[in-house]
Formats: sequence, structure tokens, C-alpha cells
Amino acid sequence: MKSNVGKLLSTAAIAATISTGAAAATLDDVKAKGFIQCGVSQGVPGFSNADVNGNWTGIDVDACRATAAAIFGDAQAVKFTPLSAKERFTALQSGEIDMLSRNTTWTYTRDTSLGLDFTAVNFYDGQGFMARKDLGVESALDLDGATVCTEQGTTTELNMADFFRKHKMNYVPVIVQKADEALAAYASGRCDVFTTDKSGLAAHRSKLSDPNAHVILPETISKEPLGPVVRHGDNQWKDIVTWAMFVQVNAEEMGINSKNVAKIKSESNDPGIRRLLGAEGNMGESLGLGADWAYNIIAEVGNYGEVFERNVGPNTPVGLPRGINNLWTEGGVMYAPPVR
Amino acid sequence: MSDQNSSSIKNFLNDAGNRALIFQALLLAVVVFVGYYLFSNLQANLADQGISTGFEFLNQPAGFPVLIHLIEYTEANTYGRAFVVALINTVVISLLGIALATVIGVVMGLARLSNNWLVARLATVYVETLRNIPLLLQMFFWYFAVLATLPIPKNSIIFGDFFLNKRGIYSPNPITQDGFGIVIAGFILSIIASIALVVWAKKRQTRTGLWFPAYWASFGTIIVITFLALVVSGFPIEFDLPQKSRFNVTGGMVLPPEFVAVLVALSTYTGAFIAEIVRAGILSVNWGQTEAARSLGLKDSLTQRLIVLPQALRVIIPPLTSQFLNLAKNSSLGAAIAYPELVAVVMGTTLNQTGQAIENIGLCMLVYGTLSLSISMFMNWYNKKMSLIER
Repeated sequence: MKSNVGKLLSTAAIAATISTGAAAATLDDVKAKGFIQCGVSQGVPGFSNADVNGNWTGIDVDACRATAAAIFGDAQAVKFTPLSAKERFTALQSGEIDMLSRNTTWTYTRDTSLGLDFTAVNFYDGQGFMARKDLGVESALDLDGATVCTEQGTTTELNMADFFRKHKMNYVPVIVQKADEALAAYASGRCDVFTTDKSGLAAHRSKLSDPNAHVILPETISKEPLGPVVRHGDNQWKDIVTWAMFVQVNAEEMGINSKNVAKIKSESNDPGIRRLLGAEGNMGESLGLGADWAYNIIAEVGNYGEVFERNVGPNTPVGLPRGINNLWTEGGVMYAPPVR
Repeated sequence: MSDQNSSSIKNFLNDAGNRALIFQALLLAVVVFVGYYLFSNLQANLADQGISTGFEFLNQPAGFPVLIHLIEYTEANTYGRAFVVALINTVVISLLGIALATVIGVVMGLARLSNNWLVARLATVYVETLRNIPLLLQMFFWYFAVLATLPIPKNSIIFGDFFLNKRGIYSPNPITQDGFGIVIAGFILSIIASIALVVWAKKRQTRTGLWFPAYWASFGTIIVITFLALVVSGFPIEFDLPQKSRFNVTGGMVLPPEFVAVLVALSTYTGAFIAEIVRAGILSVNWGQTEAARSLGLKDSLTQRLIVLPQALRVIIPPLTSQFLNLAKNSSLGAAIAYPELVAVVMGTTLNQTGQAIENIGLCMLVYGTLSLSISMFMNWYNKKMSLIER
């Protein structure tokens, strides 16, 4: 009997250590295992999408790669976990992934009650509607009585409800578990309209058999600042993910990119640039990283502009204009605090 | 004095019953303690991570729509109300699925035993195909391959006031007017009359041996009395007719394709298993029973109904119960094709909006546990009723 009690108690103690483990220093865990476990989408072209060889690309994937470059000097030290919208927060809360970079909207409720922290915004988005051209719809305000398909477990679901309520319009909601099946339902004609973030609409439209038969309506019905998410309470880890993003924006502003970063590091006399690239002092120390953390991000992943152009820019299948995601100096809202 | 005391304690401890009780109590204490420890540990860790706990969220406005709601529901209602809506959807699809699967299963089970070669082979093909393909795949098949081939709303197939298209089956919606109470009263009255008729017929048969077609007679009674009540009250029903609008057919009643796909997939899949159970049950009744019944001069239909089926049911009911339980639990797959049942609404949307995984998953587990146990209890009662009563 006694030994049984002992066994039970030790089991309970193990359970206790496992569950508190999640709150411990993520950086130490990541360094110990040698890679970052990064939660991404199940396939949104331009944001996180795997090719036939299983190589992940996209703006959200690059957020993980930048963090890996900062820590290991190796942007490939990332393993990806594809997650549906409804699985993503639980996966992060439970410690299954180290960071979530899955076109996730920063909202009050998510930031305050889910035990999560948003780090930075890597894409400013807004929700829109896509409809078949032959319906002749020109505005989202024409959608009274329409059937609307969307993916489950997103802010999209709530914004859609608010939008139709606000304009006193009727609609039939068809809410599907996964984005691909929601799109399939739309493509099959179950719905008149497909709704998600506008970047997502462009990405999904590129997957349809005849992209030109569909039109993205002009209205943007919500603010959707998307960015990487980490667990609440690990401030050091949050700082690393946040500043990996800020470095990319600052680099673009300073005119540093993946091609010229080596040259600038050896030649520049600008003390700000020398500090950032680790030629002088050790800015990385306060993050628990090496002096060349920012250099590695820029050299391996590139600055924000390069990341944008490579993944979602006008020359990609997604083909989004830079628009609001341009630097603040260029008329957009991308603005990062200075590295100093 | 003290000697006596210590020996009485010894006696108490040496009693096997007392010792068992003490050990049980100790074990219970340990289980409670460990449970409490794990629970408080969970609470502390959730608080540490800044995750909200508790069920207060059920009173918060939900803000999301639900496609199918049998009770009044809008986005302004609470998560609690959305939970009830989803619960009703799960229970409705489970019960309808069970009823339909039983009918399909019995028909197919009998068909497999048929002397008609074609009928028997067709039933075999049905059973072997459907029970060997994963249910989720069958749902996708019905939803994406079959129902999606229907025309778009603009080109709906129209029979009178019925519309059929990709968005569902639209039919006139009866709206009751003043005076409908008379019809309801007539209906209830006719049901009471039929029950009395059946009881009387049974008693008379036991007493005199004379048979009376009580079931057909009561069926007729219900129809005639209800119809008379309708005439007397002047048909107090108006129909809300479906009409084409810009995007959809509006008005009337609609049966959405999600509902149809889930119901068809669940009932045909489980029906294939039930068919095998029914076949096994009937084959388990010794052929001698049928021969004996025939030699007593019973008709074939009566032989089946009075001799074979009651004995077959004893073999059929226990495995049938597990099929019913499977069906109720499999209804959760409806989430994959947008049928708003419990898993879709609670573990999908609500969990995601509130982030409270433990509460929401707990709620779902509680509901499925309760639903399964209720079905199981009913079937156990029915099994007991049907079991061999030895005299």
C-alpha cells in the first residue's frame, strides 16, 4: 500500500513538472533541441505553404526563419507544424510549438485571455469578400440574402456576423472546419461569397480553377494586423521574436539587404549600423544571443521588403501590392522602434 | 482494561470485512487527494499562463452565426445558447440517424437472406462497400460529389412549391393560425382512442382467441379524427412559400445539404453494420423453429413475427446497442462538412474564441457521455424486456 501511495505521488509530481515546464525559458529549450518548432498554416500561398519537396515558404515562414537565424545563425533550423485555425492556440498554449506564425490577427481578447502574447505585426490586413463575377455584385453592401462560406475558428467568423448585423442584412453562414474545404464549398457553388482576410482571398483565388471568374469586392470590413504569437510570461522569448521582425524593418529603412549586408558590415562607418550588425559591441547579449544575431537575420532571410517581394509581392502568384505594408517613410505603416 | 481495549482493536483489525473497508477508504482518500492535487495544479498553471478559467464565458455574447438552429438563435445570444443549439443539432442527427439506420439495416439484412439472387447480391454489395470505406470519406462524397452536382439556385429544380438546388431542399413552411388547438386536441384524442383500442384487442384475443387488426384500425382512427378536426376548425394553417430571390431561395422551410449529407452518410454507413447484425440474429434461430411453426399451421408472416424475430432480437439487441452508440459519436464527424453540431460549435468556434480548451472539451465529453449512457440505458431496458423469461 505504502509503495502504491509513493508511486501515485511521484506520478502526480511528474505531471506537475510537465505542466509547469511550458512556462520555463523557451530559449533554453530551443537551444537544447537545436531548432524552433514553428506553427504555420495548412497551406496559404505566400504566407505559409509547402512545395512538392516539403520546403516551406512564405512571409509567416520567414518570421520563423528569421528567429532561427538570430538564435542559431541558421535559418533552416526550424521544424514546421501545420495547424488549422482552431488548433493553433491550443498547440501554442500546450507547448507543442515554440512560436505561432500563422496569419493570426492580433485582437484584445486573444492577447489578454488566451495566455498568449502577440509580438509584432508582419502583415497589415483586412477582411474582404470574394464573389463570382457572373453574380454582378459590385459592393459588399449588395450581399443581402447571400450564402457565405468561411473557415471556422477565426476572427473572420465574428467580423462577418458583425458586418451583416450592422447593415441589417440577412445571410446564410456555412462555416467549414478547414480553409481548403471552405474554399471547395465555395467553388462548388454552395456559397455565393467566400470571406477571409484580403491577402488570403488573393492567395485562395490563385488556387481556384479559373481565378478570373471571381472578383474581390472593394470593401475592407475589418482591421487584421497579423503577426507571430508566443506564450504569455516568457519575456525573453517574446523579445527575440519581436526584434527579429523589427530588425528586418529597420534594415529595409537603412537600405541593408541580404546582398549588401556583408559589405556594409565591413565598410560602414555609421555607428548605428555597426552596432546593429555586431561590428561594434554586443547588442545581442541582452536577448541572450550572439553579437551577429541581426547580421544573420538579414544575411539569411533578408530585410522586410525582400521578404514581402519574394512571397506575396506583385511578381508572385499571390500578387499583392505593397500598399499599407510599405515603410512609414514610403507612405505605409511599417514602423519599427530603433535598434539602439 | 487496557488489555481488553488493545485486544478489541486487534479483533477489529483482524476482521477481513473491516480491513477491506479500511483499505477502500484509504484508496479513496488517495484518489481524491491526487485528483485535487492535479486540479489545483492545473488551476495554478492556467493562472500563471494568464489563461481564463471557469464557465463564465457561457454568459458572454457569442457573436458568431450558426447555420442550423431549431430554437431561436442570433449572433447576439450567448455562448451558452449556442451550446444548446449545437446540442440539439447533435441529438437530432443522432436520433434520426439511429431510426433511419435501423430501417436500412433491417431491410438490407433481410434482403441478404432473400431467395432472390439479384436482391441478395445487391444487398451484399451494399454492405461490403459501405462498411469498408471510412465514414469521413463517405461524408465528403455525399457533400462534395453528390449534393454539389445539384443546380445553382438560379436553375433550381421546381416541383410546385418545392425547390431543389445546391443550397438545399426548400418546402412550404406551415404556419398555424387561430383554432389550431382544436386540431391538436383531436390528434391527442385519437391517440388515446387508439391506445384503448389496442389494449382492448389484446385483452379480447387472450380471452376469446379472436384476432382484431388493431394497429391498422388505430392508424385509420388517428387520420380520420385529425382530418375531421381540421375540417371543423376550417383548416387553420397557412403556408409560407419559398420564393426565388437575388442569391437564394428565401422563405419556406429549408433542409440544408450539410444536414442531408451527414444524415445519409451516418445512416447508410451504420445501416451496413446493422444489416449484418440482423442477418446473424435471424440465422441464429434454429431452422427447426420455423418448421415447428409451419407444422402448427402458422402463416409465413406470422412465423417471422411471432417465432423467429422475438428469438433473433435476443441476439441482435446487444451488438445493435453498440452500433447506436457508434452512430451518436460518429455524428461529430459532421463538423468536417459544416454541419453545426457540438464539436463544430463548441470545440471549433467557441474554443477558439474563448481559448478555454479544458472547459469546452469537458463540456463536449460530458454531453457525449450522457448521450451514450442514455442510449445504452434505454437499450438495456429493451434488452431485458426482450430477453428469455423462464417460467
